Amino acid sequence: MKNIGRWLIPVVGGAAFIYLLVPIAYIFVFSFNDGGRANLQWQGFTLDNWLNPCGAPAVCESLVHSLQIGSVATIIATALGTGIAIGLVRYKFRFRKLTDVLIILPLATPEVVLGASLLAQFLNLGWELGYTTIVIAHVVFCMSFVIVTVRARVSSLDSRLEEAAADLYASPRAAFWKITFPLLLPGIVAAALLSFAMSFDDFIITNFNSGSFQTFPKFIYVSATRGIPPQANVIGSAMFIVALLVVIIGQVLSYRKKKQLENA
Amino acid sequence: MSVDLRSKDEVRAERRKNRTGIYLISPGLLVLALFFALPVVILLAMSLYVKPPGAEIGEFVPGFELGNYATVLSAYWPELLRSFWFALIATVLALLIGFPMAYLVAVRLRERTLLQGILLVLLIAPFFSSFILRTQAWKQILADEGFVAQALKFIAILPADGHLTATPFAVVAGLTYNFLPFMVLPIYANLGRLDTRLLEASGDLYASPMTSFAKVTLPMSAPGIFAGTLLTFIPAAGDYVNSALLGNNRDTTMIGQVIDSRFFKVIDYPGASALSFILMISILILVTIYIRRFGTEELM
Repeated sequence: MKNIGRWLIPVVGGAAFIYLLVPIAYIFVFSFNDGGRANLQWQGFTLDNWLNPCGAPAVCESLVHSLQIGSVATIIATALGTGIAIGLVRYKFRFRKLTDVLIILPLATPEVVLGASLLAQFLNLGWELGYTTIVIAHVVFCMSFVIVTVRARVSSLDSRLEEAAADLYASPRAAFWKITFPLLLPGIVAAALLSFAMSFDDFIITNFNSGSFQTFPKFIYVSATRGIPPQANVIGSAMFIVALLVVIIGQVLSYRKKKQLENA
Repeated sequence: MSVDLRSKDEVRAERRKNRTGIYLISPGLLVLALFFALPVVILLAMSLYVKPPGAEIGEFVPGFELGNYATVLSAYWPELLRSFWFALIATVLALLIGFPMAYLVAVRLRERTLLQGILLVLLIAPFFSSFILRTQAWKQILADEGFVAQALKFIAILPADGHLTATPFAVVAGLTYNFLPFMVLPIYANLGRLDTRLLEASGDLYASPMTSFAKVTLPMSAPGIFAGTLLTFIPAAGDYVNSALLGNNRDTTMIGQVIDSRFFKVIDYPGASALSFILMISILILVTIYIRRFGTEELM
């Protein structure tokens, strides 16, 4: 009884990892299902879905849409958010409190409300819902995540490094690009990856602002009632594998860097 | 009045520096003002719109009809309460499941870098696989023919004619599942900085492991728990993917579904806007109370 934590933590933690991974394993296994269009029951093993991932109508079209929107929204949100993050930490200006509220409030607002308010805006402006309105919506909600992530990084930077550069006659611009920016880069990359993942996977906000424009999550939601084609499972599994590789490479790189710093 | 003792050059340099700040901040701030602040104001205005007599479906004119709020509140208060209730249970469950996960990875496996790295990767990777695809997979796993339902029926926890899907259980399980990484990652980040020598010290001072946990680990990980609960509760309260896919009947409808159907099926823009606004304000009030009560400096 005394050492309850000793086994409780590994048991509960381990079970939780299984809980987290069972649906992903299910998606992977059913990507090999010879299940036709519905893919609800196991019908036998096939490689056809992997060899022809675009076999089901509209799957790849929606995937391409999501990849496009994710990339564009991420580039814009990361650029704008990084600017705000650096500006907020490093410079004095008026309306600071108001700015803080404008950044935090989107994070404290449920997606339905963000989606509904943007829909109200677009209805009022008379804009047609589609690619542009989705990108705008994604930029708005990704930006707050970028700001929070990058700002933490800026705050933890030692501003004396920049001052040292200035003492060595570096112009403010040179000091920024040679010292500050490289140190911020890992934080900016992490924020961009997070932003892409959020945008790629978003359903609720997209659903409010997309009209008939199809994204990958929308495609799955719409086909959920009559069964999701196994090709969607192939794409989901492939995304997961790519993400695993990206995260593993990131881990290896940061591990190497740590070792380098320790040895230096 | 204070006297500025700086030279003109210094003042000018300071101004130039602050101008750079304005250039950095303004574009993003403009986007937030135009596509976050303004839409919320328009949503508020729309929630007060009036339907003129004899108007067609979806036709509304600007007005000041506070009655819209009374109408939707009296019709949908059960869904509103249920959303908060489900989100609360899911948050508590995610904390109970997520804390041991975070502790296992961050503290127990601190020396075993490889295993720690693998588990951390597995924690982050679900973010990139599709949220709806996973929820749909859950639905099929919990389905009547699925192994979970069969196993529960075999050990007689679930009656022979019982179901797991289309129940509050399935919806809460889905919410817990989908928002679990949002709980684990902040706690992990926080526990990663925990100095285990403090635990050794408290052990040396004859504290039991339980006491050490309650007096040292828990208070030290409070900022992570705090951030994690907010990141879980807020999206869970507004979510409708889980309730639509895993529930979708009268006992499981959450407020997000109602807002969606008011907008797109019933074409009742004022009602939908009023409900959105009520949801937003309720969450802000709850979050503010929570921050006042448990807030930490480290959150920002």
